[in-house]
Amino acid sequence: MEAFFAAAIGIVAACGVYLLLRPRTFSVVLGLTLLSYAVNLFLFSVGRLQHGKAPILTPGVTDYADPIPQALVLTAIVIGLAMTAFVVVLALRMNADVGHDHADGDAHDDAPTKGVRPKGDRTKRARTKSQERRS
Amino acid sequence: MSVLLVPLLPLLLGWIPLVLGRRGHVTTAWSAGLVAAASFAILLGVHAPAVFAGEVAFAWVRWAPSLGLDLAFRMDGLAFLFCLLVLGIGLLVILYAYFYLGDTKYHARFYAFLLVFMGAMLGVVTSEHMIGLVVFWEITSVSSFLLVGFNNDTEAARRGARRALGVTGLGGLCLLGGVIVIGHLVDSFELSVWIAQRSVIVANAWYPAGLVLILLGAFTKSAQMPFHFWLPGAMSAPTPASAYLHSATMVKAGVFLLVRLSPALGDTSLWFFIVVPVGLVTMMVAAYIAMFQHDIKGLLAYSTISHLGLITALFGISEPLAIVAGLLHIINHATFKASLFMAAGIVDHEVHTRDLRELGGLRRLMPVTTVLASIAAAAMAGVPLLNGFLSKEMAFQETLGLSRLGEMQWVAPFVVTLGGIFSVAYSLRFAWEAFFAEPKVQREHPPHDPPRWMQAPVFVLVGLCVVVGVMPAVAVGGLLEVVATSVLGDRMPEYHLAIYHGVNTALFMSIMAFAVGGLIFSWRRRVLDWQGGGILEPTAANAYHNFFGRVIRIGRVVTHQLHDHSLSRYSAVLFSLLLVVGSSPFWPHEARDALVLRTTTALQAAPVAFCSLLAFGAIATLVFHRRRIWALLFMGVSGLASALLFADYSAPDLALTQISVEFGTTVLILLALYYLPWKTPREPRAPARTMHAVIAVLCGTGIAALTYGVLTRPLESISDFYVATSKTHGGGTNIVNVILVDYRGTDTLGEITVLAIAALSITGMLSGFRARRPTVDSAGRAWSPDTHPHLLAVMARPLLSLVLLVAVFVLLRGHNLPGGGFIAALMTAVALILQFLANGYGFARARLRFDFVKVVAIGLALALFTGLGSLLFGQPFLTSNYGYFPIPLVGDVELATAMLFDLGVYLTVVGVIMIMAIRLGRIGGVEDAEPEPELVPAPAEPGEAG
Repeated sequence: MEAFFAAAIGIVAACGVYLLLRPRTFSVVLGLTLLSYAVNLFLFSVGRLQHGKAPILTPGVTDYADPIPQALVLTAIVIGLAMTAFVVVLALRMNADVGHDHADGDAHDDAPTKGVRPKGDRTKRARTKSQERRS
Repeated sequence: MSVLLVPLLPLLLGWIPLVLGRRGHVTTAWSAGLVAAASFAILLGVHAPAVFAGEVAFAWVRWAPSLGLDLAFRMDGLAFLFCLLVLGIGLLVILYAYFYLGDTKYHARFYAFLLVFMGAMLGVVTSEHMIGLVVFWEITSVSSFLLVGFNNDTEAARRGARRALGVTGLGGLCLLGGVIVIGHLVDSFELSVWIAQRSVIVANAWYPAGLVLILLGAFTKSAQMPFHFWLPGAMSAPTPASAYLHSATMVKAGVFLLVRLSPALGDTSLWFFIVVPVGLVTMMVAAYIAMFQHDIKGLLAYSTISHLGLITALFGISEPLAIVAGLLHIINHATFKASLFMAAGIVDHEVHTRDLRELGGLRRLMPVTTVLASIAAAAMAGVPLLNGFLSKEMAFQETLGLSRLGEMQWVAPFVVTLGGIFSVAYSLRFAWEAFFAEPKVQREHPPHDPPRWMQAPVFVLVGLCVVVGVMPAVAVGGLLEVVATSVLGDRMPEYHLAIYHGVNTALFMSIMAFAVGGLIFSWRRRVLDWQGGGILEPTAANAYHNFFGRVIRIGRVVTHQLHDHSLSRYSAVLFSLLLVVGSSPFWPHEARDALVLRTTTALQAAPVAFCSLLAFGAIATLVFHRRRIWALLFMGVSGLASALLFADYSAPDLALTQISVEFGTTVLILLALYYLPWKTPREPRAPARTMHAVIAVLCGTGIAALTYGVLTRPLESISDFYVATSKTHGGGTNIVNVILVDYRGTDTLGEITVLAIAALSITGMLSGFRARRPTVDSAGRAWSPDTHPHLLAVMARPLLSLVLLVAVFVLLRGHNLPGGGFIAALMTAVALILQFLANGYGFARARLRFDFVKVVAIGLALALFTGLGSLLFGQPFLTSNYGYFPIPLVGDVELATAMLFDLGVYLTVVGVIMIMAIRLGRIGGVEDAEPEPELVPAPAEPGEAG
């Protein structure tokens, strides 16, 4: 069972990481959420896979599920919601302000790569030259 | 403990002028003055009698005992002297600044900075614990940065401030290093211990390293060469700040440190041969440069450097009489230099120039200022019957016969006399060219003396110069004795303060200084022509500039390499690094340990199904990630599968939380998706995709291996404690909830604070923001104008009260059964969001008129004050109490204070989620009062259309 569980978490994490590396904000949000599922389950599983144990104190029962990872993961889930909402709003705002949802934002248009800049300079120079000619 | 109040009062009350900022300049000036006066009153009323009786008062506050850090203060003679200077001159400066700043817009800020600086400076001089001293030292650097850069709309001010901070900040780091080195030698950071363990310190092999570092700190602060260049640059500060920081206080911190530590570290050959040459060279060269300054503040700045050099040299000599002379010169220099700066400020204020080449003839126009400035300049030159003469004579005398110099004994008096000559020359030039020479520029509006109260501080300080000069023994004799005793202890020398000590070598040196200085002054045209602009550009400033220019360039290149504006690029870098670090446990020799097969459980049907569902959801999300609605739905499948896993593995609380959160997440993303592109285009670069896939697969493998490694190890848990004590200590049987609201309550408080911050950030990002609502979907079809589904609208309303009832129930039982604040809040939020979905924004908002920001505030306050409440009963923060209360018909009900805390959590989380949902729901532009559901974008509809 442990191997199966671990494999499932690994798959979720791999999908999350791949989506996180996509250049569009929406994919990043998806990736982040998937990754947080994987991380939450991993944290939770630190208390081991305890099937059918008591989570609540009951008279006469001595064997309990590990409460500490549960408490940690509970707040992590809620914080995850807030973080997702934050990133979503960020993506929304950027899409409206920049006009596209590329995660590289403004810089995407005039990315300072070696291939692009001289070209931009050349067009600018050409433009000023034509202006000079006109005047 | 009143020692504590002297520095902390201005430091902690520095915000008062800011608060009063709108009430006008008079109020802010008075508030600053009163704060300083309160501290001054404590100093004079409480400490003066004790200090003059020879007592040393201490105050201790435990700060971080485990690290050996305390806030420890001492009030002895030396600290008292500096407090006197800092507070006395500080009060005069506040009075002066009121007139100088006039109707400046940012006066409140100036006084606030000034008070913070004052407090930090008092902290430096009263510190007993050396780490505390370093902390205050850094605060003086930062606050002086703010003061120097006060006129931050000019490039000169910004550059001067940066340079001052750069040099003194680096010096502060050196000082910290030195203090740590010496502190480790004697295993203590207390000054008293250092002094007592002097012999241990100076014998240690680490002593030179520690000493050099500490001296670097002192030299940078006191503008000793070659670190002097920041001080002339800092002259772009408003003149009250210059008069305060750059004459009387901050630059004195360096020499203070020298004399403070001289009983512990001083009087060794190393100390002598570093400190004395630096001081002497600084004294002579700075005085030489001062002669050629045209800016009167620049002249005064170099003069300050020169005088600090003299004091440094005296403390380097370490003979008891030299230390007495240095202390006396600190007092004298503070009085005459502060008054000269103030006079320079008056001239600048009235004439609007500080350039000696344009000034002149002010004698007739500003007679009072002329007299005061001339007396102060005479004191600076060391004219008899003024205070500067006394300490200069003593200093000259002390440079004679330095046995450590051997054959070279003549060098010290020679250099000092040269410095004396130059200082006579620049003092004459200052007074003559500004006030007495014929005016070089005719002015339309002749300047005049400033208001009487603006001159009052100058008058007080110049008066002190004269009184000390004429009756030294009466005026400062007692104070000097107390101060010197606190430094020298039983090495206290015999001396007496008098105006005339008979014919001795020092007198000849003085006469020589006046004669040659006067000569240079009368030849000043020729000297100025000869010197031209040659050495005036300080080379150290260039070196500094080049160094920092290079650092910034390198930083920019490195940043640009790592941070090229591509999120996926540096995410990839981060994950690759993570892979390297995270895979270290699996490296060969440890791998056997990590992956060896241990006890495993057999496959069970339910969890296998849930795990498969989880993985299926994730893979489907990935496959469909270009069609965003589908991806979102599949992501929800994964989320629900993880809730099922939680439920199956004995974590009902987690399952409940995950289900509610899943709903919230999906709704929020759907809301946002309405305004985002619906499809993700295929990005062009295939090689990057392959690389990302490799990274992702490796990360997944790593996490799977890690999980497997953890799961197959025997469990050693600390949970037994919580299981055993949850009921008896926390009063609840739901251990998870008891941990959240009781054992780890402070964490939970922090977490709901983070939630509130996220909600506020979202509010900020969306405030005033209106997105264009799309009219067609991605396929170009127009949105259907359908109203909200009738059945849902009708069902949602009665559902609300039911869900709310359940939420209250879940909240109340949370301490003992699955539930609690988080889960109840998520349920409530889900029910409320459902109303928006079913009936439209306008309908729901018209009926739900809460200000959810207030709800969050109330929730946070409730949680915080529940925690603080336990302090009232003398118990630690957030200690829970509980008891059983009989309620008729219901029976015994257990109420714990943790429930109040949980209620705070509940309110915060409900508020946060509702803020997010409502904010997102209305960005398409919905009028709050509009009850027409048709106008509202139904967030659920995109799902159907896509």
